[in-house]
Parts: sequence; structure tokens; C-alpha cells
Amino acid sequence: MSGDLTLTSVTKSFGRFTAVDDLYLTIPEGSFFALLGPSGCGKTTTLRMVAGLEEPTAGTITLGEQDITRLKPYKRPVNTVFQSYALFPHLTIAQNVAFGRRRQGHKNVDSEVEKMLELVELQAMAKRRPAQLSGGQQQRVALARALINQPQVLLLDEPLGALDLKLRRQMQIELKRIQTEVGLTFVHVTHDQEEAMTMADTVAVMNGGRIEQLGAPEELYEAPATTFVANFLGQSNLVAGKVVGRDGSVIHLDVEGTAITAGSARARSDEGDVWVGVRPEKVYISEKDEERGDELNCLVGGVVSDVSFVGVSTQYLVRMPWGQELTVFEQNTGNRERFRPGDPVDLLWRPEHTFLLDASQDAAAGVDREGE
Amino acid sequence: MSGARDLPAAPVDKALPGHSDEDTRRRGPAGYLLMLPGGLWLALFFVVPTVTLVSTSLYDPSGSLALGYQMTGHWQNYTQSLSDYSPQIVRSFLYALMATAACVLLGFPLAYAIAFKAGRWKYVMLVAVIAPFFTSFLVRTLAWQYLLGDNEFLVSMLRKVHILGSDGYLLDTPFAVVTGLTYGFLPFMVLPLYASLEKIDPRLLEAGADLYASPLSVFRHVTLPLAMPGLVAGTLLTFIPASGDYINAELLGNPRTRMVGNEIQDLFGAGDYPTAAALSVTLMVAIVVLVLVYVRRAGTEELL
Amino acid sequence: MGRAGRWLGEHLLLFLGLLVLLYMFVPVFVVILMSFNDPASRNSYTFDGFTLHNWANICEPYQMCSSLALSLRIGFFATLGATLLGTLMAFAMARHRFRGRGAVSLFIFLPMATPEIVMGSSLLALFVSSGAAGILGFWTIFIAHVLFCLSFVVVTVKARLAGLDPRLEQAAMDLYANEWQTFWRVTFPLVFPGILAAALLSFSLSFDDFIITNLNAGQEVTFPMFVWGAAQRGIPPQINVIGTIMFVVALVIVASGELGSRRRAGKLGT
Repeated sequence: MSGDLTLTSVTKSFGRFTAVDDLYLTIPEGSFFALLGPSGCGKTTTLRMVAGLEEPTAGTITLGEQDITRLKPYKRPVNTVFQSYALFPHLTIAQNVAFGRRRQGHKNVDSEVEKMLELVELQAMAKRRPAQLSGGQQQRVALARALINQPQVLLLDEPLGALDLKLRRQMQIELKRIQTEVGLTFVHVTHDQEEAMTMADTVAVMNGGRIEQLGAPEELYEAPATTFVANFLGQSNLVAGKVVGRDGSVIHLDVEGTAITAGSARARSDEGDVWVGVRPEKVYISEKDEERGDELNCLVGGVVSDVSFVGVSTQYLVRMPWGQELTVFEQNTGNRERFRPGDPVDLLWRPEHTFLLDASQDAAAGVDREGE
Repeated sequence: MSGARDLPAAPVDKALPGHSDEDTRRRGPAGYLLMLPGGLWLALFFVVPTVTLVSTSLYDPSGSLALGYQMTGHWQNYTQSLSDYSPQIVRSFLYALMATAACVLLGFPLAYAIAFKAGRWKYVMLVAVIAPFFTSFLVRTLAWQYLLGDNEFLVSMLRKVHILGSDGYLLDTPFAVVTGLTYGFLPFMVLPLYASLEKIDPRLLEAGADLYASPLSVFRHVTLPLAMPGLVAGTLLTFIPASGDYINAELLGNPRTRMVGNEIQDLFGAGDYPTAAALSVTLMVAIVVLVLVYVRRAGTEELL
Repeated sequence: MGRAGRWLGEHLLLFLGLLVLLYMFVPVFVVILMSFNDPASRNSYTFDGFTLHNWANICEPYQMCSSLALSLRIGFFATLGATLLGTLMAFAMARHRFRGRGAVSLFIFLPMATPEIVMGSSLLALFVSSGAAGILGFWTIFIAHVLFCLSFVVVTVKARLAGLDPRLEQAAMDLYANEWQTFWRVTFPLVFPGILAAALLSFSLSFDDFIITNLNAGQEVTFPMFVWGAAQRGIPPQINVIGTIMFVVALVIVASGELGSRRRAGKLGT
């Protein structure tokens, strides 16, 4: 397509530290794209290279047909909403919003500015200065200041990081609405997986300067490709297992002496040692030896070791006979009593919810994440 | 005003060491070009003169300005000036020390009050600290001459309450000189102290009160260590100029309160450049040594 | 004790601070008072009677107004020179990478840590030993004043630059401002209060300097030198008129500077 943003073999090093490592990425025109990763994964550096605030050590960046790799920031049809907004403190809100239009030589921008302020619902604040606005209002000014220029790509650098939780949710919906309305390409950098999944059509999970996995939020969540994605995006139970056979699209495994099955659709590895993964909310916790259907995977002999009540759900930690603790989330439907620590239990889940990962990876990658 | 200041700071991507340095500090010749004019000025009129001063201090003092001096490596200028003027040197440092101590005693409460207690009067109080500055230093020193005068309000008061004897006086005493020095350099103490104190989060003081209970130990364990950079800068900015000053000694003192500055000025006036230069170098070296010892003891080397 | 004691505890420091401020202002009050003095004799420096004569005849004392004019002229040029050179240096130090930055910081700090008498005598030694004793006068005073103001300008402007978020300039570039526009639309307006403060400081340092000037002035007489001479002979009350005027002018500049920086900020960028 004409307006796709394409990064080809882009590398950025600071001295001996490689922030972005041989990155290939195509962001389709008009999409809401999220770059998700822990701090230091290279996502902000990638964004700054697209904005022109950082020059790649190697590789090319193109926007449509145009090579913008070494173009000055003010020559690119790209605008940024900065992490701390970077509103000009000496200018009023209206002047801040008008800044880009005026630099491009437009004379009568007042009505445009007014329309933009209307879009972000800040008409009343036009004459104020940034310091007189709340964090959420400043964020909206930063958005208006970038959007008014009708850039081909809008870059958002952790734009909601400074806001409190409630405001953040509100702004997430707002941003999504605006993006649908104006139809621009949004590239959103964040370390908040929930934020990325709520807003973006496509999410790229970055780690150590590389992209671990790219896809629609559901796809990343349900079929993670690496242990890092499995742990960084939500939570996962990863148990060591061994592939013992294959029967069409059904893979037979041995997990600590128990036979279980998995679908090949979510298998990244289908021979030898593997990590057998299942999301905590997919697991059904049942009383010991409770009757069940044969088609379910089942790990028996667990003992509840911890129960935390978190309102909508209850989170159980269950110690398995081989010593590992697995996590189970259960909706608080009120249909049955909660288990107590020490209760003997079995764990059950549907085979198609199982995902298989290459056993050569660190099972704890991406677990210890910041800002959560 | 519920400005952005009240909001938590945005999380900053801190994983790239020296990252922000990398893109804000440019390489290339522009930096040197910008540095050049000012750097030349400093080199030509600060570094070169210091060298000239040292070499002048080694000239044979028997020459004169009109006839020119002979460079003879006459180090006796130093022994001579030291033996002639050591009382003035010692006195200079003593007065400067007393004035600095007085500045700390007066300046700390003021800086603290501006930083934590002034509320919306902060800016007004800061202006008030600087404002007297603009009335010429000499004119204000003359005002002290008047205030400390024998027949004026202050002396008669002190005589009445028998702090001074019936023929006691203040003007032309060491007390007057130190008062003048204290007054003259007080803003140099208050401003850096304020700058340091202002950066302290008041919540730290509350946390301190929560943990230590007594206001005095909060001051000792929290406020004072955090104010240290300002205190060190303030004492240096007060002590150094005070030890070289001669205006206060001349206008508020007597012949027995003369400081080393008076002597250097008089020697230059009398045309004895080598001795004056030797005395000047001595003063400079003494100050450098004192400052180095002080800064090392205060543990704030990074200031220099 | 109780509530009264608590109130006292809360306000004691403020009270002490105000007392110290009062102490700082006492001589200023004397100067203002004395500007209206009608001295009984030439040598009298006591308040003998009220008059407006001094204000109506400011330039009456011989040489006073010419010395004042010289001080203002030197103050103006020294401020201009020091602010220009110092601002360039501050930008170099805050925004550029170069070798020997530690040495440079030291050489900027040293003049502030040198007693005036030492700096003055070094300069005199230089001028005399280079055979330039004859040219002592306006230009040697100018050189000296730029020198001792320079460090203060660098420190003041650098502090302001250090407090400037680099993202603001990046945001300007992102919003289609080229380097030149970024500097004049964003960097300069934001650093300007620092430059203005540095210039004000320079002027007051220059106008007030006596010790260094006295050594390097040759036959010229600046206002502080005139005051010094007068202190030996008998002080004309007009000196206090000048002191009062300086004080008032400074207050007006500081106050309007604050207002102006707000208004100026409002006009830029439209």
C-alpha cells in the first residue's frame, strides 16, 4: 500500500550497547500498531528513529515510497506525542497547538486550532498555559498539537504513563475513538500489556532489541510463540513435558508421568522436550477425584497452597506433586465454595487450550515486569 | 494552582545509559567556536595575569615603575612580606572567619524561612534579599559608618543599658569591621543556601519528624546534610571575598584593624609592585590551601 | 504553652528570617533618609534637617555625575560583553561535547574564587609589565569588568539551560521547526530569563566594583571611586540620592522583568 511504514534491517547502537538489533517491521497504513515491551527493550529507540530524533546505525526506514532514514525530523510527515508531553511552557494552549501549522507556513490556522481543541474537548482552555492544566488535559493538548498537522504517522511514546489508572482507561477509549475517526496510522509505544491489547489492532512484543512476536492481541495471547511473550503478556503456567506421539492434529505428551494432549495449531515445537503451557483462567480447579469427562487434560494430586481474593476472581496457587506451583484463576460466580489452603485438588483444562514452546528457552523470561 | 507539578512524573526509559546525553550534546567544532571568545578572554586576562603576578613578585624591588624592574628571582620578597605583614594576614582570615560564621547564623534562618515558611511571599522575600545589593556597596558601608557612629541611636542605646561603658563606642573597632563584612556578603550566603534548601522535598522533613521525632535531630540528620552543598558554596563565596576586602577595614576600622587588602592596595599605591605582588600571591596560596582543606573535610569535592 | 507555643514554633523561623531581612534593609533606610539630609557642615554625616535640595541638585558635587556617567557606560558595555561571551560559553558547555571540559569548568570557577584584590593586582601586573601602564583607563576597566562578570554569567545561564527539558526542542523539530526556528521560538525564549538575570547581575557587579577598578583605572574615576574619595573628604548627601535611585530602579526592573517575561511569552509564537 502507498502509506505503509517499513523498517528494514534497522540497527541502533549506543557505544557497545545495541538498543535495536536488525529489526524488520511493516506497519500498514491506517492501523493502530503497538510496540510493547519492558523498559530498555528498544521500543522507544525504534519510535525515535521513525520520528527522526535518532539516526539508525544501519538499515532503512521508508514511508510509502519515500526513504526517510536520514531525513531531519522537521521534514517528515510524522508527529510525536511525547512521554512527558513536552508542551511549550511559554506558549498558551492554542499557540502550542498552532505551532506545527505555523512552522509549515500556514497563515490562518485559528479555525483549525479551534476544531482540534474541540476534538479533544479543551476549547475553554485555549488561553491557558500548560502549567495550569491537569495531566490528562496536557496529554490531550499534546495529542491535538500533533494531530492538527495531519501526519501520515502519529507516534505515541508512553502517552498515558503519567496518568492515574482511571484516567488512563478513559484516555485509552478516547485515543481509540480518535484514531478510528481520523484514520491515521498510530504507532503506540508502551510497557503496559493491557493498554496495548485494548487499543491496538496489531501488537509487536519487543525484547532485547528484537521483535519476539507480532500479531493481533488475541493471537499473541492465545498462542504465544516464546516463553517471554507467554509471561509478559498475561500470565502462564509452563510445565516441562515430552512429546511421545502424534495423531493427526493431536499431539500426545507426557507431563510428570501423566498423559495429556495438545492441538498442533498452538504448538511451536512438536518433538522432544517442550514447555507445556496453559493460561491460569483456562484451568478448572476441581475437588480431588471429582468426576470428569475423558477429553480433558488432567493433572492430579495438587494441594492448594495460597488463595487470594481479588474481587472478580479468586487466584489459587496449587503445589503439584513434583514441587512446582501452578496458578489458577476462577471467576467468583458464587456457584460453589472457595477452596482453602491445604485442600487436595486436581487441575483440568481443554486440550486445545494447551500451547507448546521450545524447551531451550528460559521458562521465567518476561516474568519480572516493571510497572505492574 | 493544581499544575502538572503535583502529578507523578512520567516513567522514564532509563535502560539506555547516557542516552539523553547522546542526543542533546552535539559533537563537532561548534562547541569550540562558542567557547573561543570567552575562553580567550579568561586565558588572556586571568591565566596570563596570574603568571605575570607571580613573576612580578620575584622582581628586584629596588627598581621602579618608571625605570622598570629586574627579574632576579628575588624570593626574599616573600620572606620580607611575610615577616612584615603576617599580623594583617592572620587578622584578615580571622575577620573573614568571624564574618562567615555570622553569615551562617543569620543566613540559615532566613534561607530556611524563604524556602519553607514564606508561602506565596517567597518571591518577594527573595527580591528583598537581593534588593539592597543595588544600593552601591560603598554607599551602604558609609551608612554603617553612620549607624555605628558615636552619637547615634545604637551606641546611645547600648550605653544606656550598660552593654557599652559611658564612653564606649562601636565605630573604628574590630566589631564594626566584622559587622560590615557580614553585612556586605550575607546575600552570597543566603542565595546558595536557599537554592539547596529549596530542592528538599518537605515530605522528607515530615518523614524525618516521623522517624526521629525531635526537630533538632531532624535538622541534624536530614536538613543539614541536604543543605550541605549550599552551605559549602555559601561559606566559600563569603569567606574568600571577605578575606581580600579592605573597604570595611578602612571605613569602619582603625589602623590596628588593617587587613591584608589594605596593605596590598597601599603597596601598589606606593609603587612597590614586587612586594605587593608577593603579598597578593601569598594571600592567594593561603586561600587555595584553606579552601582545599575545607572542601575535603566537608566531603563535597564535586563542587570544585 | 499549648496553642500559643505551637503557633510560636511554627512562626519563629519566619519571624527570625524577617528580622534578618530587616537588618539587611536598615542601611538602605539610612541611605534613603540621608538623601533628604540638609547637613550642618561639609563633614557632618548626621541627620541635621530635611531638604529636597539634594534631589533638585543631584550633579552639584564636583565630578560626581561624570563619575556616575562613566560607571553607567562601563556597566553597559561590560554587561553586554560579559553576557554575550558568557552565554556562548554556557551554550557550549551545556549543549556541546568537547575535550578538556573539566579544565574549562575549573577556569570558569576560579575567577569567582579569587579575592578581588588578587585579581585586580594580577591585571595591574599584566598591564604594567606589558608596558601598557599608560593606557590604564576606560578599556582596562572594561577588560577587568567583563572578566569578573563572565563566570557569573556562565553559571547563571548554564543553570537555566540545564533545567531545560531537551524534549521541548525535539518536540519543536518534530513539529516542523528547523534548527534556526527551534532556537528562536523555543530555546531562546525559555533561556531568556536566565540571560536577563545574568545581565542584571553583571551590571550590578560592574557598577558596584571598587577594589579591582581602583587598581586599574589610571586617571579615570568611577562612581564607587568618587564615593571612596568623598569618604575621606566629607560625604555629599547627593551620594545617597544616587544610592536611592539605584535601589528604586533595580526594584522596578526586577518587578517589570517578572511581568514582562510573562507578557513576552504570550506574544511569541503567534
